[in-house]
Amino acid sequence: MKKLRILSLALAGALCVSMLAGCGSSDQGTANTPAAGGETTPAGTETGSTATGAAFKLGGTGPLTGGAAIYGLAAQRGAQIAVDEINAEGGDIQFELRYEDDVHVAETAVNAYNTLKEWGMQISLGSVTSTPGIATSVLNYEDRIFALTPSASSPDVIEGKDNVFQMCFSDPNQGLASAQYIYEQGLGEKVFIIWKNDDVYSTGIKDQFVAEAEALGLEVVGDATFTEDTQNDFTVQVSQAQQAGADLIFLPIYYQPASLILSQAAATGYTPKFFGVDGMDGILTMDGFDASLAEGVMLLTPFNADAEDEATQNFVAKYQELYNETPNQFAADAYDCVYAYKLALETAGCTPDMSAEEICDALIEVFPTITLTGLTGDGAGITWDSTGAVSKSPKGMVIQNGAYVGMD
Amino acid sequence: MKKLRQMKRSTRSRVFTYALVIVAFVVIQLLRTFKDGGVGSVLEGQLIPICAYIVMALALNLVVGISGELSLGHAGFMSIGAFAGSAFAIALQGSVTLSPLRLALAMVFGAIVAAVLGFLISVPVLRLNGDYLAIVTLAFGEIIKSIVTNIYLAVDGRGLHFSFLNDTIELADGGVELIKGPMGVMNTQRISSFVAGFVLVLIALTVIFNLVNSRTGRAIMAARDNRIAAESVGISVTKYKMIAFVVSAALAGAAGTLYGLSQTTFVATKFDFNTSILILVFVVLGGLGNMWGSVIAAAALTILPEALRQFSELRMLVYAIVLILVMIATNNPTIRGFFGRIGDKFRRRAPEEKGGAVQ
Repeated sequence: MKKLRILSLALAGALCVSMLAGCGSSDQGTANTPAAGGETTPAGTETGSTATGAAFKLGGTGPLTGGAAIYGLAAQRGAQIAVDEINAEGGDIQFELRYEDDVHVAETAVNAYNTLKEWGMQISLGSVTSTPGIATSVLNYEDRIFALTPSASSPDVIEGKDNVFQMCFSDPNQGLASAQYIYEQGLGEKVFIIWKNDDVYSTGIKDQFVAEAEALGLEVVGDATFTEDTQNDFTVQVSQAQQAGADLIFLPIYYQPASLILSQAAATGYTPKFFGVDGMDGILTMDGFDASLAEGVMLLTPFNADAEDEATQNFVAKYQELYNETPNQFAADAYDCVYAYKLALETAGCTPDMSAEEICDALIEVFPTITLTGLTGDGAGITWDSTGAVSKSPKGMVIQNGAYVGMD
Repeated sequence: MKKLRQMKRSTRSRVFTYALVIVAFVVIQLLRTFKDGGVGSVLEGQLIPICAYIVMALALNLVVGISGELSLGHAGFMSIGAFAGSAFAIALQGSVTLSPLRLALAMVFGAIVAAVLGFLISVPVLRLNGDYLAIVTLAFGEIIKSIVTNIYLAVDGRGLHFSFLNDTIELADGGVELIKGPMGVMNTQRISSFVAGFVLVLIALTVIFNLVNSRTGRAIMAARDNRIAAESVGISVTKYKMIAFVVSAALAGAAGTLYGLSQTTFVATKFDFNTSILILVFVVLGGLGNMWGSVIAAAALTILPEALRQFSELRMLVYAIVLILVMIATNNPTIRGFFGRIGDKFRRRAPEEKGGAVQ
């Protein structure tokens, strides 16, 4: 009896402590920041030392846990590498980066955004994925905090908001480019589409692809859908494609379901060509996936980790050293975002003691005028128009011997 | 004080619940108006969702705690309320300019749509019992999610346009898209307010307490406690369970509208099985049939994940551990006895002191 009482007290005590610990964070968020940054980033010590008010507070939300974590983590890591490089150089522009988890849910993204706002975020990296991106971009617009999202590609993210910009090309553009690419290169006669109908990204690309294919005279022999709950088995969709006599399957989806489609098609002995978009990026580094199945898969992506130029090779080497994997385009986009900010802030002459609103006004002026030579710009440079859309061209890649190779 | 002690146990619990909600509201409102920076932007952003989740928990408690049926699809009703209510509010944006009125109309509309669906689903479902009912409601929630994900709804000068699976709507100039399939709803105006949330919580409490303390409520509980005995005295079990279920669906619909109109965007997949379970967790944690428990549990468990942000990726693990500890702590007879004894001591001492002070 006595033992039980002690146990009960211990449990209640543990509870109280954890509750108090929870409360503590919201009360003194700013004081905790350098330590919190240190926990999540290996290079956190550098970040911590610059947190003296002389750095721009850069915040972003992304799925750091859960099903879409690979995108959020990649973006966070890419941005962190850029921030560390810039801070190590020790110029006028210094950054303090903080990423908060939004688990790819709009409501959590709003909470994460508010956490960052309480922290004193001056410029924002928006959200990594589209649905949370739409929610946080509205708040960015209302609070006058400038946002440049690395990868929230839905056109709704930037529509009607003068201070929200994108680093990635938009969903419809990807659909358009894919259809044109397949048609021009003569990659397939009969196209079958497998798309995810509860996903903004997938639906956006597919709609534009179908419209453009019709205009070009590219034959779409059918399409099949799946949802979040039914993405564990694709035998039906694959056999539909086979029955329709498709010689090319277009996959405007993320790489996890795509990997299943590839292996299930291979298991039935059906070998059409597969064509993906930027969500396919990451398939080679996926745990438990036989990369040889992805041989010959084509995809459109703005970033090629095997590119010869020095900047890309440096970035890839650093990323591999820190995280033991090859960076995907999300990491590269986030890396470019930070450098775009550096360039824009230098051009506009902003200083870290300016308020978020002043910086916002200055950046709105400057962003359409700058040209960034980034990792994802294909040498030609990246520019923005005043609506916030980016102009850069997607690269066609094909997977050969477990690596991306440029198609043209 | 004496009066409070003489009250029936259920009345005391009711007074306590109202007092709890009103005091919490007043404190938060005072902080928001007078303190610099208010309650902080994180909590500020969560206030309306917390109200919505509280109403959801109360609604589900009516089904699970009072009527004794396990529903695993309550997020479906929330979804219906959120989509119907938001679409209604956006459509009315031009004609009803007063936003609180528009919000109230939208909530009523959301509640009615959810109630109608609740009625339709309850006709076949409430003839089932226990596990069967749980599974059918689970399926219902999934069906709602799949259907809503594929609905495209828009309005323009020529009227309402609807399409399913593919967006085939061609809008005239000045038309507005209300529901955009997998992209869900994008609210141009967020008209939900904390005050409206508070009022909705009070309405939900009033409805539930009045229902429980009426003849109908006693019949519902009789049917829960012993179906055969209740039928033998002439209570139509299906009818009374249906009343509880439909009222619960209507409240869930109104909560959904409140939630939907507080978000800039929301998608149908948000209201999935996990959300249903989350609401069930609120109810179970707060205690079956215990309304103030649901209020506290819903508020605490909505804030908790955000309060745990400092644990970064271990956040949800810590959340789960806290949940387990709370469940053990509140259900362990030793701990209950311990707090019970403290309560007894306090109660025994209090009248003496009180008496002394008066003399």
